[in-house]
Amino acid sequence: MAVISTVAKIFPAAVAFALLLLIWELCARLGGIAPTVLPAPSRVLAQAWENRAALADNTLPTMRATLAGFACSLVAAFILSALVDFFAPLRRALFPLLIASQTLPLVAIAPLVVLWFGFGLLPKILLVALVTFFPMMVALVEGYAATAQEISQMLAAMGAGRRRIFWLARSPSALPYFFAGLRISITYAVVGAIFAEYAGAAKGLGIYMLSAKNNFRPDLVLAAVAVSSALTLTLFGLAVLAQRLAMPWENAKSDRAGRYGDKPSGEGRP
Amino acid sequence: MTRLELRNMRKNFGALEVLAGISLHVEEGEFVSILGPSGAGKSTLFQLLTGAIRGEGEMRFDGARFAFMPQRDALMPWRRVIDNATLGLEVQGLKRRAARERVAPLFAEFGLAGFERAWPAELSGGMRQRAALLRTVVQQCDMLLLDEPFGALDALTRAAMQRWLETMWRNHRWTALLITHDVREAVLLSDRIYVLSARPARVVREVAVPLPRPRTKSAALAREAAAIEAGILDILLGAAEPISQPSDGENR
Ligand SMILES: Nc1ncnc2c1ncn2[C@@H]1O[C@H](COP(=O)(O)OP(=O)(O)OP(=O)(O)O)[C@@H](O)[C@H]1O
Ligand SMILES: [Mg+2]
Repeated sequence: MAVISTVAKIFPAAVAFALLLLIWELCARLGGIAPTVLPAPSRVLAQAWENRAALADNTLPTMRATLAGFACSLVAAFILSALVDFFAPLRRALFPLLIASQTLPLVAIAPLVVLWFGFGLLPKILLVALVTFFPMMVALVEGYAATAQEISQMLAAMGAGRRRIFWLARSPSALPYFFAGLRISITYAVVGAIFAEYAGAAKGLGIYMLSAKNNFRPDLVLAAVAVSSALTLTLFGLAVLAQRLAMPWENAKSDRAGRYGDKPSGEGRP
Repeated sequence: MTRLELRNMRKNFGALEVLAGISLHVEEGEFVSILGPSGAGKSTLFQLLTGAIRGEGEMRFDGARFAFMPQRDALMPWRRVIDNATLGLEVQGLKRRAARERVAPLFAEFGLAGFERAWPAELSGGMRQRAALLRTVVQQCDMLLLDEPFGALDALTRAAMQRWLETMWRNHRWTALLITHDVREAVLLSDRIYVLSARPARVVREVAVPLPRPRTKSAALAREAAAIEAGILDILLGAAEPISQPSDGENR
């Protein structure tokens, strides 16, 4: 059941994607364009397979930088958003700075960060965090504020303090917002890491793209692009999965009909 | 013994005068209703009682805490029904296990047996209200504050829930203050009724309901109840007219 509906949902996108590749393939082959200018998808695929060892070797550092940066960003977003929720003036102090941080052009800032922090993991983590932090932070802060007033009021009447209300009501209320922010920022994460590597790294997809371009190998550039897209898509899928797991009541809402016709069993989360 | 006594409670929201001096009292084991038009300030009065907002006036409450049921059920969608029911106990410091053990036996009485592990989204409107009521009464506070517990229900479910609550009250004798704008509900459930005017709210009449319980049993009782209802309706409609200021369409 679930598999069929998933396939049905993905189908239009898959067809569109396949068509695009087909047109591209035809243009590249019939148009007489040199493979050093526009390689056909089939050639990209073949070259990717041939160079799979090098690609994998360069994917790993990018993945590491992405995940480490994203994890830092996640923790920072949670801590800062909670602080902002407790101390309202902090919000007015921080938000202008954060918004300004989003206006920095990555092309300009990436080489600087590498200049300051070297070619190691740190500048990559920082750049990934820079591009992923803001959407999550904003989503969390808005999510806390979206807590139903009657729920906080009821908790207060029960004798719960600020911190209790934050854990019992405000943070779970923010979950849907948080996941919306997470889905946005996770699509920036890989790109952020690649930018950082582009500006300077020993290994990584970014540096791989750069050297492939310098060697007039657009096919390998595109192969690396395909890998980075696949990475982003995987991360996005994981985010969706995490949301499903973290918010089981959302699924219950959609299949309410029929599930409680008979007695519910005792399975599930404690 | 007097549980709660209010003298001349007032509240303004900026220029908006909402409560213009409310005085009332609730005795131990008594079921008292507050009846008033929409937007009068009834929920505001409860907010004053629970300390969510501050106002002027004198309040004496013989007890530690109210068990408050907000106008909308305020069930947490991310907690299963049983964990919603234990919320008050958990806040009081009970361990989750112990709280669940305390609450579980009550599910049958509240018509929720078998739904302990359901999500609130999987309940019907009436069940949600009963779950919210369960969460309210298990706190074993000194007094219940119920803000239109059945306001959002369809007429049939509401009538069933009113009878159910009457039975429950006869068994438990909670001290309760109920907000409603359903005259029939007030007469069915209450020992006394305070009728409020439209905003700014003041008590226009205190009506005693000296009918024996259960009140749904005989035709004679129903007739007496209907007479009281008619009297209250007259007061409400009569009081609404001279005061009705520029109406801003407050039917929510
Ligand atoms: N926090 C607030 N700030 C400003 N005005 C408020 C606030 N809370 C309530 N009011 C106003 O006070 C008036 C009374 O509101 P309240 O919710 O107490 O009405 P009510 O009698 O409970 O109505 P209903 O029966 O529709 O629930 C309304 O006009 C409302 O707009
Ligand atoms: Mg109200």
